[in-house]
Amino acid sequence: MKKRKYGVALSMVLAAGTVLAACGSDEADTGTDEGSTGGEGAEETSEFKVAMVTDTGGVDDKSFNQSAWEGLQQFGADNGLEEGTDGYTYFQSNNDADYVTNMNTAVRNDFNLVFGIGFLLNQAITDVASQNPDTNFALVDDVSEGDNVASITFKEHEGSFLVGVAAAMATESDQIGFVGGVESDLINKFAAGFQAGVEAVNPDAEVQIEFAGDFNDAAGGQQIAASMYGSGIDVIYHAAGGTGNGVFTEAKNLKQQDPDRQVWVIGVDRDQWEEGQVGDDNVTLTSMVKRVDVAVQDISTRAMEGDFPGGEVIEYGIQEEGIAIAESQDNLSQEMLDEIANYQQQIVDGEIEVPSTLE
Amino acid sequence: MFNQFSRWQKIMIPVISVVLGLLVGAIVMLVSGYNPIEGYAALLSGSLGEGFYIGETIRQITPYIFAGLAVAFAFRTGLFNIGVEGQLLVGWVASVWVGLAFDLPKIIHLPMAILAGALAGALWAFVPGLLKAKLRVHEVIVTIMMNYIALHLCNYLVRYVISDGQNTTDRVPESASLKSPFFETLTEFSTMHYGIFLALAAAIIYFVVLEKTTTGFELRSVGFNQHASEYAGMNVNRNIILSMVISGAFAGLGGAMEGLGTFGYGFIHGAFSGVGFDGIAVALLGGNVALGVILAAALFGILKQGALIMPLESGVPTELVEIVIAIIIFFVASSYIIAYLLQRLKKGAK
Repeated sequence: MKKRKYGVALSMVLAAGTVLAACGSDEADTGTDEGSTGGEGAEETSEFKVAMVTDTGGVDDKSFNQSAWEGLQQFGADNGLEEGTDGYTYFQSNNDADYVTNMNTAVRNDFNLVFGIGFLLNQAITDVASQNPDTNFALVDDVSEGDNVASITFKEHEGSFLVGVAAAMATESDQIGFVGGVESDLINKFAAGFQAGVEAVNPDAEVQIEFAGDFNDAAGGQQIAASMYGSGIDVIYHAAGGTGNGVFTEAKNLKQQDPDRQVWVIGVDRDQWEEGQVGDDNVTLTSMVKRVDVAVQDISTRAMEGDFPGGEVIEYGIQEEGIAIAESQDNLSQEMLDEIANYQQQIVDGEIEVPSTLE
Repeated sequence: MFNQFSRWQKIMIPVISVVLGLLVGAIVMLVSGYNPIEGYAALLSGSLGEGFYIGETIRQITPYIFAGLAVAFAFRTGLFNIGVEGQLLVGWVASVWVGLAFDLPKIIHLPMAILAGALAGALWAFVPGLLKAKLRVHEVIVTIMMNYIALHLCNYLVRYVISDGQNTTDRVPESASLKSPFFETLTEFSTMHYGIFLALAAAIIYFVVLEKTTTGFELRSVGFNQHASEYAGMNVNRNIILSMVISGAFAGLGGAMEGLGTFGYGFIHGAFSGVGFDGIAVALLGGNVALGVILAAALFGILKQGALIMPLESGVPTELVEIVIAIIIFFVASSYIIAYLLQRLKKGAK
């Protein structure tokens, strides 16, 4: 039985092989021509080439894909690289199935270093890296095993601690909310750091932690925010991507109805000041900024100088300038800024160890 | 769809639509300052230019064939199955689940996992079929809603039942995998797998069931005219349910191809995969016949795969391919215009 199956499979394979080969030869000429010109160019200049593969958010997602691409563009500008196959470029993934294809395409175009942006690309990068030991890979936001993969993670708990300090000082009701996207180790880091920050300044304040179960459910985020604000919470920190937009919507609605009411949102990943603008008021207290662009530039530079940290997990925290408080600070009082600076120094000095897990 | 047109027109309408779609795409490229010849050359070399790209294109075509067959089957029997996406997702998760839960020799395990996918898809389509047959609830509404239930149910299953709070399940063992090391080395590490043969076999089954069997005749007959069929002594309700179930089984098989072949695992979907919805376009373009669906799926696979390389080689953004596809569908949908023009052309020639 098994033998017969192999026989059939083999004949099918042979037939397919002939057909495929026939298809290939017509086009192969153009393909190899382009390939070889690209190859020659690379040999002449022997330049460093770096690419990134986005997740399905794409490079204009106003979040970490965009931040990574900005970092790569900056790296290109600093080192006189051209955008395109001979310098730096990005591959957009329109579908989960595109991750592996894009990774492989980057390898085939002789890029020396390929970034995978987001934990969704973990499986793809692990597979492709093991098949291509001569290319370097870097994964953002998750840990992948392999000697030629650098895993880039952030100390989100440290930044969350600092915004926790701001929240604890801003709250009048001593009730503070946290809205997470999907319950996971990554999001728990945000919650744990935030809780620790609040507790350090104001031990009486309570932090209520909720998960929306989705990163792209603005309506769900708005519902959670509505019930939180309704129960007396006056500051909400969200780590929920698109779901967090619902938190902003609810806060802005409340502010519009009653401009004297105190409602604050703390943004995440990048400076979300614009998201909080409502008339002349702004509900964004501050934001916890995660500098994916800094990490991308750093790893690219190290790889170019032959110091690629393959197989290592690199954590970017406050000290490495990978995590920071947003530059828009109009809603923070001088007192808060001093206190934040004080704690920041303590974290950098190692006097405070911020927890990265809940309990 | 094209029942009122002659055989010649049935073939010419999709062909002309594709040509027009590509032409309009070229114009869009010209207007926005790109070189259309370079753009299309990059698209072709990115989908068929090298062994690796051919492998990826074939992998891309596989689920499109299943999704296209699923939509087309329902279409031919007078039903709109918009729920292919959801049926595909449950098929995906079911096949991976069976793949992970059992430890059996490949000859039993693999067919069992694939059948589980088909069964899950069939079950998911059975619900709207039943509601349509018994209560005359319109299947479009039910299938659309079932898509969302499928998405969130599958995410729940992946996170809490199949895996232990993870974003992805474990990889299915070799005994339940469609992955083909042979094709992978042949196509320089593409993700091509054995699914394409199953897709082609499914197209043959589709043809035989629909065109050569009594059941198929009854199904088509119900699609043409329910009342006449009932008068002729056919069980309309039974045929409606059967049609949805078979359609769902095709969709579930498509999901199994993704779960056991392309990926080899299940994962949390942040959004729909889109394959099921593209299946509607594939069926429409393929005129709801087996060969047409295969050709339309091939076109979609080539366009979508080539789109990934196009920006790199020619600077044309990937979105252009979406424009081309949309225009092709537009022309197919407005088939009367093309049929009319064809007729005028014929008369003119005489």
